[in-house]
Amino acid sequence: MTEAAPQPAEVFRTRRLTKVYDTGKVKVMALRGVDLDLYESEMSVLLGPSGSGKSTLLNILGGLDRPTSGEVWFRDINLATLSDRELTRYRRDKVGFVFQFYNLVASLSARENVALVTDIAANPMPPEEALRLVGLEHRMDHFPAELSGGEQQRVAIARAIAKRPEVLLCDEPTGALDSKTGVQVLSVLDRINAELGTTTVVITHNAAIRLMAHRVIRFHDGQIAAVEVNEARLPPEEISW
Amino acid sequence: MRGLRALDRKLLRDIRRLWAQSLAIALVLAAGVAILLMSFGMHRALFETREAYYERNRFADVFAAVTRAPRTLLPEIRALPGVRAVEARITGMAVLDLPDHPEVAVGRLISLPPAGEPLLNVPLLREGRLPRPEARDEVAVNEPFARANGYAIGTVIHATLNGQKRALRITGTVLSPEFIYTLPPGGLMPDNLNFAVMWLPERMLAAAYDMEGAFNDLALALARGAPEADVIDRLDRLLEHYGAQGAHGRDLQQSHAFVDSEIEQLRNMAVVLPPVFFGIAAFLVSMVVGRIIELERSEIGLMKALGYSNREVAFHYLSLAALIAVAGIAVGYGVGAWMSRELAELYAQYFDFPYVIFANPSDAYAVSGVLGLASALLGALRSAMKAARLPPAVAMAPPAPPFYRRGAIDRVIAALRLSQPTTMILRGIFRWPLRAALTALGIAFAVAVLVSSGFMFDSMDEMMDNAFFRANRQDATLVPTRELPPVALDEVARLPGVMMVEGGRSVPVRLRHGHLSRRLAIEARPPGATLARALDADGNAVEAPSDGILISKRLSEVLEAPPGTVIEVEFLSGRRETAEVTVAGVVTQYIGLGAYMQEEALRRLRREGPRLSVIHVELDPARHDDFQAALKELPRLSAPVMLNRARQSFQETIDQNVTVMATIYVIVAVLITVGVAYNFARIQLSERARDLASLRILGFTEGEVSYILMGETLLLAIIAQPLGWAIGTGLAWLIVEGFASDLYTIPLVLERDTFAKASLVVLAAAAASALAVRRRLARLDLIEVMKTRE
Repeated sequence: MTEAAPQPAEVFRTRRLTKVYDTGKVKVMALRGVDLDLYESEMSVLLGPSGSGKSTLLNILGGLDRPTSGEVWFRDINLATLSDRELTRYRRDKVGFVFQFYNLVASLSARENVALVTDIAANPMPPEEALRLVGLEHRMDHFPAELSGGEQQRVAIARAIAKRPEVLLCDEPTGALDSKTGVQVLSVLDRINAELGTTTVVITHNAAIRLMAHRVIRFHDGQIAAVEVNEARLPPEEISW
Repeated sequence: MRGLRALDRKLLRDIRRLWAQSLAIALVLAAGVAILLMSFGMHRALFETREAYYERNRFADVFAAVTRAPRTLLPEIRALPGVRAVEARITGMAVLDLPDHPEVAVGRLISLPPAGEPLLNVPLLREGRLPRPEARDEVAVNEPFARANGYAIGTVIHATLNGQKRALRITGTVLSPEFIYTLPPGGLMPDNLNFAVMWLPERMLAAAYDMEGAFNDLALALARGAPEADVIDRLDRLLEHYGAQGAHGRDLQQSHAFVDSEIEQLRNMAVVLPPVFFGIAAFLVSMVVGRIIELERSEIGLMKALGYSNREVAFHYLSLAALIAVAGIAVGYGVGAWMSRELAELYAQYFDFPYVIFANPSDAYAVSGVLGLASALLGALRSAMKAARLPPAVAMAPPAPPFYRRGAIDRVIAALRLSQPTTMILRGIFRWPLRAALTALGIAFAVAVLVSSGFMFDSMDEMMDNAFFRANRQDATLVPTRELPPVALDEVARLPGVMMVEGGRSVPVRLRHGHLSRRLAIEARPPGATLARALDADGNAVEAPSDGILISKRLSEVLEAPPGTVIEVEFLSGRRETAEVTVAGVVTQYIGLGAYMQEEALRRLRREGPRLSVIHVELDPARHDDFQAALKELPRLSAPVMLNRARQSFQETIDQNVTVMATIYVIVAVLITVGVAYNFARIQLSERARDLASLRILGFTEGEVSYILMGETLLLAIIAQPLGWAIGTGLAWLIVEGFASDLYTIPLVLERDTFAKASLVVLAAAAASALAVRRRLARLDLIEVMKTRE
């Protein structure tokens, strides 16, 4: 894919973004002035060792945390100025999350875990369709305890995309999975990105995953160390680690 | 043991962290300990005090009243098998004219033997001395009467003895085992101001009542193990021709019966209430310790890896329960001791004991403390054993997620098409059905406590309304010394302030049906009586037909004589004949046993002319004092019963006790509810924290998330309501059955209000508990949840 064409619209834009965790005695600089633009329909991978600030950035982008200073824009909304209530609203309407540990509700079946989100979303797809998209149409009525790790993560992805979010934020989505299952999950993410055009951000410390991204943003010590555009993306099936 | 010190520190920190939950449990436990301490301690104190008092002052075993029997009969009575001692006395009732006392007071007169002290029912001198045997103007009075009126030794009071007014000087005050609980005639509450018990020399009473060489009251002490019923039978036969009204044992002696019912109540309280509290506390401890152990799996694994033994691990968690118990027991001791003092004061007000024996209060402390501790340990035992048995390697690994799987219930829940949060709530309940059921049961008990105490107020109202406003509408009832001809009514009607008079007759009888019998008085009334009436089940006035008898419900039950049954009437005064009458109906009457006939029908049975033995009057409220003053000068009336006074004192007593009791029961119910609901909600929060945080990340608002958190608690609280109503109704029924005696029966009046109030209090307490836990939602760390595996 070539990037000579005009830049697509920005979805996220951060300027001089800093985050300081103040525990009273010690101050930890998690982000030290991050300037970053993420574009519509792009799949980007934030790569870096643990403690490099990538999760902090994802939390701020997802409306789970606020920056200490700097700007963070979602389209024309300045996330830094939103109230708790408005952030909840933002998460509810715009953002899909995928976590390392799936965070499924144990007392709800796969279908019900997805319905959890579609019940409160403005323009959701039916839970069954979301589960079909992740290839779990045969296990819709299973409870989390009856599903494998990869299947649970795919339910989590279905839950994240069912509301047709504008952005999909994935925090170490394959961190708890073996390579083979991890690849299955990645291909689901890839397909969602391609078919629905959802802006997708994947954070990982697994360098192999960078091969499937449009762009790779390397983090180090709270700053962006490098931004690489992938001229030749690999399909997830060809990735292994 | 040195290593345990770090564990002890962990224990203290655990308690500090869990202080609110621990406190809630400790208070429930404290309620059990306090009630047990009080009821057990007071039960023993009351029982042993009474036993000692009876023993030292030789309280009689059998009592009999006659019209007049010669003393020559006494050797024969003494010779009855099983009789240890006999005391023959002269007793009577007198109208009193008290200094500075506008109202008519009544005195019960009791003779003192000419030489020495009585053999039985020995009065206990509190102050001064007993009257000299030859004195004609000396009297000893019961101490509460003297105290209520502020009389000292030397005070002179006037009494009309058998029509003669006498001035009597108080020489001493006494207490007697016969009068621990003293009711005035026709009264429901002690009235020390207007009712006196008076001890006078036998010679003087014999002269006044024309009883020389005779007696009209008999008390017997029985040999240990002597069959009471046989002695009563033989005594009745001996006394048959002397106007005997039937001998009876202590069970029908008024004072004894009341003290006995109080002792029985304390025993019931000790047996019924504390187990409920201990059970709930044990359940709460088990729930909380169980959850802590689940959360501390890895610590348990670590402790074991470090070399702590299984026993030490179990001991650690049992210590947590023990610490909670110790706090609860300490609070329980404090509250229990305070409640015991309050109750002792209440008893001092109603019961006249010369002393109180607290035989061994440390027993009560030991028993309530040990049971409190045992229930907490028992609650923790299962979880502690589980922790002890956990292999270290397994313990260090995270627990398996709660295993929800598809089942019939899930299909039902899914078919209901509820929202996902509601589904989560329902699944939570069905996942741990026992825990949910016990939680609902605990809250239901709080409702039951309120229902089973609240109904009493309505019941008392109903008793009062029935007895004083619908059945007995007269202001006063006059009781002549002997039966009068009907013209006496005109005389009474002319007294100042009298607006209406109504005569009646009260005839002592024994009613028999098969082997069942009861002693009471048949009330005979003229047709169309409007003051004193009998009431049917709906509260409407009913009159006996000309050939039948109406009996009170309780009497119908104890005689097993429903309407239509033919029962035997044995007259216990005058000509002792027996007759048969048909039970024509059952009347609603809660106080005492009652039997009612037409005046004319009774006369036919007895083949007698018209007579009066009671006169009911309605008074002009403005002229009460004039009426009272006139009454003092009316020699032939021995005992006026002022119903206004009885109404007033009953109402006052109820009002006084209602507020205190209502407050106590509300506190108890709130304690239980908060203990159960708060702990349950805290465990909900602990178990669901991760789910709830995930939902917050997914965009659920705090309100939506707290619906899930509070929903299960509140849903169980709501489910608990009908259960609580049912248990409360059952308890109320048990209480009513337990109280039911020939003295009085309590109607089971369950108004919708009682249920509503109970539910309101409990639901409010449950909601407040859940809200207190909800505040912790704001502190959920969303990012932490996302990062960690449970």
